[in-house]
Amino acid sequence: MGPLITQGIIDPAWNNVLAVLLGMAFGFVLESAGFSSSRKLAGVFYGYDFVVLKVFFTAAITASIGLLYFSYLGWMDLSKIFVNPTVIQSGIVGGLIMGLGFIMGGFCPGTSLCGAAIGKIDAMFFAGGMFVGIFLFAEAYPLYENFYNATDLGPLKVNEVLGVSAEVFILLLTLVAVAAFYVTSLIEKRVDKVDY
Amino acid sequence: MATKEIQDRSRTYLNPYAAGIWLGLVLLMTFYITGRGLGASGSIKTAVASTVNTIAPKHAQQSHYLSQFITADENPMNNWLTFEVIGVLAGALISGALAGRLKLKVEHSPNITSQRRLVFATLGGLAFGIGSQFGRGCTSGAALSGMASLAAGGFIAMLSIFGAAYAFAYFFRKNWI
Repeated sequence: MGPLITQGIIDPAWNNVLAVLLGMAFGFVLESAGFSSSRKLAGVFYGYDFVVLKVFFTAAITASIGLLYFSYLGWMDLSKIFVNPTVIQSGIVGGLIMGLGFIMGGFCPGTSLCGAAIGKIDAMFFAGGMFVGIFLFAEAYPLYENFYNATDLGPLKVNEVLGVSAEVFILLLTLVAVAAFYVTSLIEKRVDKVDY
Repeated sequence: MATKEIQDRSRTYLNPYAAGIWLGLVLLMTFYITGRGLGASGSIKTAVASTVNTIAPKHAQQSHYLSQFITADENPMNNWLTFEVIGVLAGALISGALAGRLKLKVEHSPNITSQRRLVFATLGGLAFGIGSQFGRGCTSGAALSGMASLAAGGFIAMLSIFGAAYAFAYFFRKNWI
């Protein structure tokens, strides 16, 4: 029963080999979808290309439905998976700064690495900027250490907040996604094409 | 003719819904094997921590933030992300090579100069670097993997990243359209 490494079913010696293989699959899919192009990624914010929304939502739903099935079939103990901590203040401020970075730079960290891998110089500069940004964050950390750790609610699940089961939540999320796919397909048709 | 065919091929991408399903399956396998999702910014954080630790070990060990990650070599999960990112670079390179997209260039809108693009790319990276530390992960580690595991924090990350990008889009429109 999974998770395989956490449960000791796979020898940890394989850890790094599997990391490279899973990373390769991740990078391959992102690049194949066009995530190595900042102009394609930025399309989601101007309505000329919604590839980010389509890939992102489809992937999140596929993985979350998959996790439910793996649990249902007894293949995986979901209580053993890592659930990101919910730190409200720091999480929102971080997200807002990342959004600003996204619209300025046209990449997010993973996609900038894909762009850099195929020779996009702008993606290499983005990655360099990230390195400096993280360094600056660490240098100034004492200024906001309390803020960074405040309102930490731990591994809180979204369906628990809303008081519904995981199954119901994922069904609702899927319906929202399908509606978003439909609406954005209409917007894409109306917005002037951008050639890139 | 041959050049045109190559150009067309280099602009052909996987169907976005098919790509989403593939990405979801890769993420699912990652959870199944390792017990957690994919990531990207964490590997750069580890790189910053080890760089500072090499150049100025005392400074790194005194840093309240970086000192948490300096034991990187003893922490398999930090190492894991570094190897994962090496894979990301290799996987993207293979996909780009197969599609005929390997080319050293600055991609930018015809309305702006390469120089302007590079300045904004750097500033964007800078902001994303800072934001991903406050957010405890980026679009991959916090938003996508967080949403898949139904973490409330994953949804906060997704909504605030995309919300802010839409809110600021008007001010940066000249760079893109």
